Amino acid sequence: MSAETWIEACGTDDIEEEDVIRFDHGDRTFAIYRTDKGDFYASDGYCTHEKFHLSNGLVMGSVIECPKHNGRFDIPTGAAKRAPVCVDLATYPVKVENGKVFIRI
Amino acid sequence: MNDYGMVIVGAGEAGVRAALELRSRGWNGSVTLIGDEAHAPYERPPLSKRVLCEPEEPAPPTIADPPKLGELGIAFLSGDGAVRIDRQSHVVRLASGREVPYERLLLATGASPRKLAVQGNAAGEMLYLRKFGDALALRDRLRPGKRVAVIGGGFIGLEVAAGAVTNGCEVTLIEAAPRILMRGVPEPIAERVERRHREAGVAFRIGGGIASVDRAGDELTVALADGTAVRCDAIVTGIGAVPETSLAADSGLEIENGVKANERLQTSDPDIYAAGDCCSFPHPLYDGRRIRLEAWRNAQDQGTHAAGNLLGDEASYAAVPWFWSDQYDQTLQVSGLADADQKIVRRDLGEQGQLYFHLAADGRLMSASGMGPEGAVAKEIRLAERLIESRARPSVEALSDPGRKLKELLRS
Repeated sequence: MSAETWIEACGTDDIEEEDVIRFDHGDRTFAIYRTDKGDFYASDGYCTHEKFHLSNGLVMGSVIECPKHNGRFDIPTGAAKRAPVCVDLATYPVKVENGKVFIRI
Repeated sequence: MNDYGMVIVGAGEAGVRAALELRSRGWNGSVTLIGDEAHAPYERPPLSKRVLCEPEEPAPPTIADPPKLGELGIAFLSGDGAVRIDRQSHVVRLASGREVPYERLLLATGASPRKLAVQGNAAGEMLYLRKFGDALALRDRLRPGKRVAVIGGGFIGLEVAAGAVTNGCEVTLIEAAPRILMRGVPEPIAERVERRHREAGVAFRIGGGIASVDRAGDELTVALADGTAVRCDAIVTGIGAVPETSLAADSGLEIENGVKANERLQTSDPDIYAAGDCCSFPHPLYDGRRIRLEAWRNAQDQGTHAAGNLLGDEASYAAVPWFWSDQYDQTLQVSGLADADQKIVRRDLGEQGQLYFHLAADGRLMSASGMGPEGAVAKEIRLAERLIESRARPSVEALSDPGRKLKELLRS
């Protein structure tokens, strides 16, 4: 597979507003978000602090909070926002077409 | 750098978070972080969890490395404890004789394991867990086939028991109270925890005190008050912690179940604040009841909050208390403070676990606790925490119905 491919992650209806789901592809795992404004984003699945999946976290506006230790990231940029996380989260481009959410990885 | 700056005594979670916050808030004066341990500041939660079980010799998981502290201009004085505060001249004296002047001071001295007063020639051999060095010593004793007696059925005792049995030890957990997790965890969750431990092979001796601990040759014997005995190779004691208040007390600060602070975390000396396990404070969400929390997130949040107040915020601290414990494949989380006489409402998440909500007489949600595989429980407890924070009065019907989303209750 080439380094940059658009992959279908889910349907737009699979995620409620202000929520997040898990998406696994090959041996990689991602978190797909829908913010309070209805925008879709994607990031690596695991928190950068300890290996805990962010799909179990809480979306608040455009911020994701890891449920394990409450570290926070800005969803659009992946920027670490609150201790204990200090390493930014990798994010991926997202496009929505025909009710489907695609991410480029 | 000026001579008088911000000084923090204690380089644990609360102290380090305060130091980092001072810098992220733009404080340009000096920041001095004083720690009595030789290590770089480290996270304590893994000490009772993976540090005991990892096959490789573990390194302490650091909160901030000395190079990072250096970059931020935080002077980190390690391996040198504070022994005296001269409040008149605003100086902290260290064990080495060094003197550190302060403009404002934060006490984040933490807590120490409560010692078990017991008869017998092996009383001095009981192991306690607080520091990284304790965890390494303990890990060394939790070898496959060893018989381990764990005294105390609180979070620490149970996590050590889980780690020991995972390592292949033969584990007996001794709890003097009528059940494990008496403090702050509802009975149905305590029962689930106990069941999970029994499945893993932990034996329980519940409801009887300890008469003595003795060594004869290679063998230790814990004699119980009921006349029976537990024979073992190591004894680990986890019966709670006592706040480290001696520095504050010797310096004439008020003490009340910890370094006594007001709702702004300010002690009886207006230039000295307290945060973390050592600090007792009145909690606005719980009718101003004076509490002291021994919890990782509280240490973090209070350290950060206190830093703002050192800089003049004068803000009250009102975060909802939150505790968590990992045992085997299960996570246990509690937010808020429960009272024994409150109504308990259960929400059944099926394979995802169980949640219990505590309601006050007026219907206000005061506490929520949950146990299950990592995942759903964490998310639900976090939502419950926001309900507690907003002083919500959710209906019993809504709370008990897993089809009703807590997120929607929050919006209503």
